[in-house]
Amino acid sequence: MDFLRPLTWQDALAAKAARPGAVPIQGGTDVMVEINFGSAARRPEALLDLNPVRELAGHEELPDGTLRVGAGVPYVRLIAELGDRLPGLAQASRTVGSPQIRNRGTAGGNLGAASPAGDCHPPLLACGAVVEAESAARGTRLIPAADFYTGVKRNALEPDELIRAIRIAPASGPQYFAKIGTRNAMVIAVCSFAIALHPRERRVGTGIGSAAPTPLRATAAEEYLSTELDWEGRGPLPDAVARRFGEFVREAAAPIDDVRGTAGYRRHALAVLARRTLTWAWNDHRAARKEVS
Amino acid sequence: MRVNLTVNGVEQTVDDVWEGESLLYALRERLGLPGSKNACEQGECGSCTVYLDGVPVCACLVAAGQAEGREVRTVEGLAPGGGGLDPVQEAFVEAGAVQCGFCTPGLVVQSHDLIERVPDPSDAEIREALAGNLCRCTGYEKILDAVRLAARRKASTT
Repeated sequence: MDFLRPLTWQDALAAKAARPGAVPIQGGTDVMVEINFGSAARRPEALLDLNPVRELAGHEELPDGTLRVGAGVPYVRLIAELGDRLPGLAQASRTVGSPQIRNRGTAGGNLGAASPAGDCHPPLLACGAVVEAESAARGTRLIPAADFYTGVKRNALEPDELIRAIRIAPASGPQYFAKIGTRNAMVIAVCSFAIALHPRERRVGTGIGSAAPTPLRATAAEEYLSTELDWEGRGPLPDAVARRFGEFVREAAAPIDDVRGTAGYRRHALAVLARRTLTWAWNDHRAARKEVS
Repeated sequence: MRVNLTVNGVEQTVDDVWEGESLLYALRERLGLPGSKNACEQGECGSCTVYLDGVPVCACLVAAGQAEGREVRTVEGLAPGGGGLDPVQEAFVEAGAVQCGFCTPGLVVQSHDLIERVPDPSDAEIREALAGNLCRCTGYEKILDAVRLAARRKASTT
């Protein structure tokens, strides 16, 4: 096994091009668990340490207002520095592991690992985030989150590509994330759900976690809500609409039975989470009008 | 491979480090610092908590090579020396927050960080800060007492 330690982004891309089998490591919260527990046969041929690459550790606002968040920004900084503009992603980040894990783990690493249970994925889907990948040979490639997850722990990256950043618009309306687990900390999701309201476009975004081979959007649920919600009048949310939305979300999931829960439980819980997060978000949307007037 | 790092204020060079080795292993087996404990090896228990560049992390999830050029502070580096204890360590002793003691180093480091950042933590803040440190003996109540005691002491002496 080799340990590659590029000091710049260009060197990191060159190293990945030369050694496509090298596994990138940021916080190590997934990669080191694999190495600590994995068999010798499953060990990567090399680790590619991205910690020293300063370009990955920052975030900036692009001219069109989109936020470009470096792949190496740890959860603790996502929460503290971007929580006001990316509330859904910040809520999900707060549920990741423990303080020690949030000090090290990154959204970029979450995308690289592409576990269906990763906490970042539902809010990234709900917000329409875009993954900025890059290779030495072909430069930058922008991959919408909805196209990024290709299978269990598989993603759309080519072997010579690394994740440079996540591009995500600041919240234009209420966002919520909710997750089912056995306790309120240190929990891998039994299932999870994120919602983002985009009132200006009269559109709703959703993301389902840990209830299918990949994280996914509930597109039928989004379309249903976008037409049913009383965007202008901001009236109370009818129970029937919230319930139907939950049913659409439940139908979008394709969960399995495993040690963390049954498929039936996951479907039921998703319908509840969808209804609940929609209610919170809609109440915020209604309250926002009162503040304006 | 060779790794150069600073541990508890002392520059160290460690040779023959395996590329997939954890910082925890290097600290315990190569640098003679067994205070950080090796338990779950997957970031679930917090017993290997150390400071890495001033931030508490699970040493089992840091590749030793990632510590190149960086500063590590372990539980051995908290006490002022000369046989004295850090106020957090004293509080753990006085409050009886220790039974078997295996989780104690990680809890001490994590509590130390909490009190540095939040001098007067609420119970909710203490519980949140210690959510990633498992103790199977004490039932946590005396650990919470120790953190409150350490925070009070620190506030009264500064």
